[in-house]
Amino acid sequence: MSVSLQQARAGQITPPAPAQDTQVRGLIRRFGPTAVLDGLNLDIPAGSFIALLGRSGSGKTTLLRTLAGLDTAEQGDVILPPRRAVVFQEPRLMPWKRVWENVALGLPEGDARDKAEQALREVELSHRMDAWPLTLSGGEAQRAGLARALVRDPDLLLLDEPFAALDALTRLRMQALVASLWARHGMAALLVTHDVDEALLLADHAVVLQRGQIGMQLRIDLPRPRRHGSPEFAALRTQLLASLGLSAEEAA
Amino acid sequence: MSDPVLNVAPGGAWRRSPIGFQASLGRLTLPKAAFRRMATPIGLLLAWQGASSLGWLPARIIPAPLTVLEAARDLLLSGALIHNLTVSLLRVVVGLCIAIVLGTILALASGLSRLGEDLIDPPLQMARTLPFLALVPLFILWFGIGETPKVALVALGATFPIYLNLFAGIRGADPKLVEVAATLGLSRSGLIRHVILPAALPNFLTGLRYAIGIAWLSLVVGEQINADSGIGYLMMDARDFLRTDIIMVGLAVYALLGLASDQAVRGLERTALAWRPAVRLGR
Repeated sequence: MSVSLQQARAGQITPPAPAQDTQVRGLIRRFGPTAVLDGLNLDIPAGSFIALLGRSGSGKTTLLRTLAGLDTAEQGDVILPPRRAVVFQEPRLMPWKRVWENVALGLPEGDARDKAEQALREVELSHRMDAWPLTLSGGEAQRAGLARALVRDPDLLLLDEPFAALDALTRLRMQALVASLWARHGMAALLVTHDVDEALLLADHAVVLQRGQIGMQLRIDLPRPRRHGSPEFAALRTQLLASLGLSAEEAA
Repeated sequence: MSDPVLNVAPGGAWRRSPIGFQASLGRLTLPKAAFRRMATPIGLLLAWQGASSLGWLPARIIPAPLTVLEAARDLLLSGALIHNLTVSLLRVVVGLCIAIVLGTILALASGLSRLGEDLIDPPLQMARTLPFLALVPLFILWFGIGETPKVALVALGATFPIYLNLFAGIRGADPKLVEVAATLGLSRSGLIRHVILPAALPNFLTGLRYAIGIAWLSLVVGEQINADSGIGYLMMDARDFLRTDIIMVGLAVYALLGLASDQAVRGLERTALAWRPAVRLGR
């Protein structure tokens, strides 16, 4: 019952209701002669939080864009849950729409404003719902982007380095926010990141992309909420860094 | 000059930005600066009046400012000014409306599809390099000497800037925002309505300002050939009687109309582009 990519892209085929898992089989995507994704397999079970790591150019973003329907692979099968939402590295808000209109964009009209307000309240931004996006700070804009994804009640939340452009303090607050939203809503999440600590803080599986395939999978079985600096955290960190080709000393 | 304080965003957040501070500082020094900027024009006007009163400037060449004012008053009282102004205004408004509709339709067709671009863009690019005012003789042969050639001239000249700017705006829409629209499940018409057209609006308004300038220019040319009403006719008629004062009144009216229409578009920009911080500060 796999869905061909072309159909998944067009959004015409919705898998049967219980299958909220995401499955990627044998995905191949070439840019010129080099295959960025080369027969990649990946499972994202419903409700799980997967962090996707890899060196730059390893195809992390290409994989996420394929799942988001923004990129078409040459070959491979993808099964996707019906509702997906993306948070990009830049907030990508429409500057000509007020914050709540950005959040509500694409929703059926009627109670769109109420839904947007509720989502904005969840990311603690409801006080700026009538503001123009260009008047928001970087963290506020990214929270609006998060609300825009949440309001769609996604089964799969795709996060493309959403905190990379934020300052350290804002990033920590955003990570905590995403952790609590994920715990509350129970959607599956795929977080593309280059930040090992971020992966260990949020995900229950870390997956490392190598040579166009999943090179290593690491189960992160730490109790939540997590803190940096516990011995288990440090051990997993060393392990992850090693798989990225770095020793802990180099990364420190 | 708009009052920046009137345009504070609902959140009032911009006041904290450095640009906001600059704007309010600029406003504090504004009256003095405005007075200084008025000094030269007023001085020139006084010098002109003085030179005319002393007989240094013959009225046949250029009338004194006070004579021009008198002529304006006479024209107002006789109703000639209002009548001809209405005729001219109507020609520009009708011509501009045609240009906006035509330019917008062409730009949408050309901007939203490759096929449209291939069919529409080349002939328009070729036609726009032609000095369109050179078409006046042909227009008179085609449309006679009534209202049609004048309106047509305005419409033709004003269509190009609308088309070119709107087309550039549509094609310049941020592909990253187009991608967002795709992930939000917007239909093609939703994409056009919520993303592409708002993104192109600043360009459209720039085009509109150019179009208005060209519209007045076309009108001047159109009204000086075979017209029996309008500001241009008033001036041509005055030339026959060596009434330089009436010619000056016509020039002043043209200038005021140009200024007023430019202000109107600026007002439109402030409302329609309120989301742009630069616009909110006023200029």
